[in-house]
Amino acid sequence: MARIEVNHIRHSYLSNPQKDSDFALKEVHHTFEDGGAYALLGPSGCGKTTLLNIISGLLHPSHGKLLFNGRDVTRLSTQERNIAQVFQFPVIYDTMTVYDNLAFPLRNRRVPEADVDRKVRETLDMIDLASMANRKARRLTADQKQKISLGRGLVRSDVNAILFDEPLTVIDPHMKWVLRSQLKQLHRRFGYTMVYVTHDQTEALTFADRVVVMYDGEIVQIGTPAELFERPRHTFVGYFIGSPGMNVLPVALEGSTARLGAQRIELPGVPKAEAGAVELGIRPEYVRLGREGMAVQVSKVEDVGRHKVVRANLEGKEIAAVIGEDDEVPAEPKVRFDPAGINIYADSWRVEMGA
Amino acid sequence: MDKTWNNKAWFLVLPVLVLVAFSAVIPLMTVVNYSVQDTFGNNVFFWAGTEWFEELLHSDRFWEAMVRNLIFSFIILAIEVPLGIFIALNMPKKGWGVPVCLVLMALPLLVPWNVVGTIWQVFGRNDIGLLGYYVNALGIDYNYVQDPIDAWVTVIIMDVWHWTSLVVLLCYAGLVSIPDAFYQAAKIDGASRWAVFRYIQLPKMQRVLLIAVLLRFMDSFMIYTEPFVVTGGGPGNSTTFLSIDLVKTALGQFDLGPAAAMSLVYFLIILLLSWVFYTVMTNYDAER
Repeated sequence: MARIEVNHIRHSYLSNPQKDSDFALKEVHHTFEDGGAYALLGPSGCGKTTLLNIISGLLHPSHGKLLFNGRDVTRLSTQERNIAQVFQFPVIYDTMTVYDNLAFPLRNRRVPEADVDRKVRETLDMIDLASMANRKARRLTADQKQKISLGRGLVRSDVNAILFDEPLTVIDPHMKWVLRSQLKQLHRRFGYTMVYVTHDQTEALTFADRVVVMYDGEIVQIGTPAELFERPRHTFVGYFIGSPGMNVLPVALEGSTARLGAQRIELPGVPKAEAGAVELGIRPEYVRLGREGMAVQVSKVEDVGRHKVVRANLEGKEIAAVIGEDDEVPAEPKVRFDPAGINIYADSWRVEMGA
Repeated sequence: MDKTWNNKAWFLVLPVLVLVAFSAVIPLMTVVNYSVQDTFGNNVFFWAGTEWFEELLHSDRFWEAMVRNLIFSFIILAIEVPLGIFIALNMPKKGWGVPVCLVLMALPLLVPWNVVGTIWQVFGRNDIGLLGYYVNALGIDYNYVQDPIDAWVTVIIMDVWHWTSLVVLLCYAGLVSIPDAFYQAAKIDGASRWAVFRYIQLPKMQRVLLIAVLLRFMDSFMIYTEPFVVTGGGPGNSTTFLSIDLVKTALGQFDLGPAAAMSLVYFLIILLLSWVFYTVMTNYDAER
């Protein structure tokens, strides 16, 4: 297992990048701690797979360095880095049995056959496929195939990290949950360094201890699921995480109050905002719908099962609020913002609030 | 019985039946008719029974042509399949090279068979042929008109030139269908170049290769035009394959009875082989 340092890495797919926009990865500087479970979360095309492929060595970065436990591996090939990667579509060797699939990486490295057998049997137990060892791999279901892909990484005891590139895309929903919890278990038992790329926030938040949110080739926030939820550093994180995403409303600041049209909203502190477009962000979970506060016009109520999402219009802006499954929308609905859930953004980046 | 019989439907099938009858069934039946009779011209026929078949199966000439044909098929398969795989593996997967290679590969396939024969017939001549002249100038005694070995070499090289492209194109189609992730995973698993070929590329090509082998075997087993144009089956009978022998018997000697018997045996062999390949392929599919 290894600590992975991504040292000021930039990458462009063009041969001669000039502008910032030529870079698929603008500048990433971050350390993945040994034994951590990380998720790289972001929309398609934000550079998360590029970053993953740079870590695995399938791509070499245009600028910057990559270190495993302090050792520079930037120019090393994939084999020399000793990492494991699970891809979006299950990669299995069709003609081989499950057993031979797992033995393949070891046999390629000329491991003695007795050790191969021991390691493969251990791994088969870990991924719950011991009973299928002698089956042809191509007859298995998609989730079993994906476990084989994972197993081919786990079988090498000395892997530095296990990388996942949207591994659950082709898996049936009910199996996704099972596989995810098995992954989590493996991580707890064996302490692998895991980096998991996904555009699905549920996957990222349930899998990872720390989530790295990427947007347009940059890391916008790194934090625990709770931090991402409570204190999104960038309005993008607010939109992207949560269902529905954060309400972001343009406001004008006056000391510790924010003005939204004719309404005045008390803030928990004085934002240290300099000039720039100021916005107030509040998650629908912190919007209280009741008989007091600012008047809104309700446009739609969506019942999503365990709660209801109310879409309403506040001073000409669309906002969403979450209310309980049994709560009713009052005849003259009004909203209040819970101060604990208010964040202030200047030019899309979060600003601290002083007392 | 409430069942309505509507015989009008037969009229819809009739055109196909007539077409098949005239194009296949009736010609085949005339061949059957010839194969059991003898004629001395003037449309006078005598019943011969199984005489022609017995004669054929005891004829050295027939078996020699058959053995020659099998050896020929075996040699060209042994060359074209590995060579085709090799070329397909080395063709570019993307960029401007792809259309260039594909067009170059398709060219020999577009040349009519008798033109291919004529090209090589002239190409190999040692007085005016580019190949024949220079090979002789290098001190190698090469003359496909007189030397049986040279004739074989010429016919085989010609077939390889003409048909390897087919194997290449089929294999290439199989190769480009392999997603990049397979190669990336193989890298991560530390697989050698050979292991990548053996466990990723070959399994993906298996199906198209089977089709390639089938097509090339059938074609080479029925080969006629090209060797006929180049060597005319000679020198002696050294490049007389089954179909050439058949045409010689039927049209050269005008022995309609023996030629008809030979056609039927030939037909049965092809039918049998088609069935074998068909069974192998469907079993292979069922196993997937």
